[in-house]
Amino acid sequence: MKLECLRVIENHQLALDTYEMRLQGEVLPILSQPGQFIHLKIGQVSEFMLRRPVSIADVDREEKSITIIYKVVGHGTNWLSTRIIGDEIDGLGPLGNGFSLQQHKGESILLVGGGVGVPPLYYAAKELSKHNHVTAVLGFQTSEAIFYESEFSQIAKTWITTDDGSYGYSGLVTELIASLGSFTTYYACGPNGMLKSVQSQLSDIKGYLSLEERMGCGIGACLACVCQTRCNKGYIKICKDGPVVNADEVIL
Amino acid sequence: MNLSVNIAGLPLKNPIMPASGCFGFGKEFSKFYDLNELGAIMIKAATQEARLGNPTPRVAETSSGMLNAIGLQNPGVDQIIKEDLPFLDNYQTPIIANIAGRTKEEYVKVASQLDQQPVIKALELNISCPNVKEGGVQFGTDPTLAFELTNAVKAVTTKPLFVKLSPNVTNIADIALAVEQAGADGLSMINTLTGMKLDLSGKKPLLANQTGGLSGPAIKPIAIRMIYEVRQQTQLPIIGMGGVTSAEDVLEFLLAGANAVAVGTANFQDPYICQNIILQLPDTLSKYGYSSLKEVMFDSCVNPSISL
Repeated sequence: MKLECLRVIENHQLALDTYEMRLQGEVLPILSQPGQFIHLKIGQVSEFMLRRPVSIADVDREEKSITIIYKVVGHGTNWLSTRIIGDEIDGLGPLGNGFSLQQHKGESILLVGGGVGVPPLYYAAKELSKHNHVTAVLGFQTSEAIFYESEFSQIAKTWITTDDGSYGYSGLVTELIASLGSFTTYYACGPNGMLKSVQSQLSDIKGYLSLEERMGCGIGACLACVCQTRCNKGYIKICKDGPVVNADEVIL
Repeated sequence: MNLSVNIAGLPLKNPIMPASGCFGFGKEFSKFYDLNELGAIMIKAATQEARLGNPTPRVAETSSGMLNAIGLQNPGVDQIIKEDLPFLDNYQTPIIANIAGRTKEEYVKVASQLDQQPVIKALELNISCPNVKEGGVQFGTDPTLAFELTNAVKAVTTKPLFVKLSPNVTNIADIALAVEQAGADGLSMINTLTGMKLDLSGKKPLLANQTGGLSGPAIKPIAIRMIYEVRQQTQLPIIGMGGVTSAEDVLEFLLAGANAVAVGTANFQDPYICQNIILQLPDTLSKYGYSSLKEVMFDSCVNPSISL
């Protein structure tokens, strides 16, 4: 974990309201693991008091850069989208517990992503595909919102779904998954509703969910981003104990 | 520059401390800097039993501020004594324990337990949490209840007792004077202001609790005004808080009548904020013509030459 001034080396629109940014630093990118996130300070004055947690989509250790993909949904993410090459952004990270990928060898692994829940799965797919057979099911609202289809296709058997049927499979990711055969493990990241459906549908195999919640400090001190666990274990802190959790441990 | 200050018999090497609820029990922030650099640490509120707090979402950003409705999530006073205080005992920094409860009896029980912990150097009575249904702010908006509770807690502790006041009242000085009469050794002010934010897509409140406490720079002018008002009526030490993000803000609080200053929300934006403010405070005081912290106090409290 490091607080570092990161330099914008790329920032462009990737899909509908969706941007891809590459940030260069000294230490933070090198430490980053799949599934972890970075907490970005927005603006230079005190208008924006909360950082924005953004998952890490890729890491280039030689270039010392990370790639993030974010959706513009408000003033803070709009500020991010207007950064130009050479601008500096204050980043805290990498934060949280990411995916434990080393445990898998020769497995058939399913990745399920929804919208801006897709990015952390790309970094995971790159690592997993070295030793496993990876299938990716990526859901988007509409064809204009799709990103990284070709990137995923190079490393995984990739399926795209759209809610409005404008591209790929028409319908929900869970409907498509039912027709895809069997897997040993799955990793999912996306809207809460999608995670809940996947959690229930794939309860017979080992699964990991990457959770999202409105965050405060990002380091486990403020208790803003909690998630209820099974077996009366109380809450976990998504920023510190997560964002990746065992699917059978949390109640969504 | 000498930044030391004594509040209610509690010597601090500098007037800066993280505010309760914004710093956990210190462990997370100890990874960023040495907690010995702080004037004091106000730890997260303790209740008798463990509390799960409110459903999520619990926070929402607003212009120059944020709303929170954590709902006093904490592991309970026994667990805090067992699991969290030993870590803080590794530091020389005075620890101020924040106490909350549903009933007077709960406050008294928690206070007497924490009073027995050598690592705790003062207590902060939380009668101003706006995010719980029972207890909390109901004690902080009625001078009679505030008096009774303060009186009861004061009876079970020998440590300095600060009462954290709610800004959600018509006349905050009435509450301040009530708790002073009840034996409070100092005041903490201000807690958050009750606010609400609506989610336009869902057409409903963004926080699961519907309302939350507004903090951050947005509330700083209210904190300054309230401290100034209360300072006209009492000589009790005041720990000022509400939207502090810089050494200039600290000076403003001190001039308004505070004796020490707590930093809350800004810890989320910059984990190093308390350390940075402490480092910048001497230069900031010099810039405005002061050669010590005591000189600032003289300008504000003892000799109210800035009276409006």
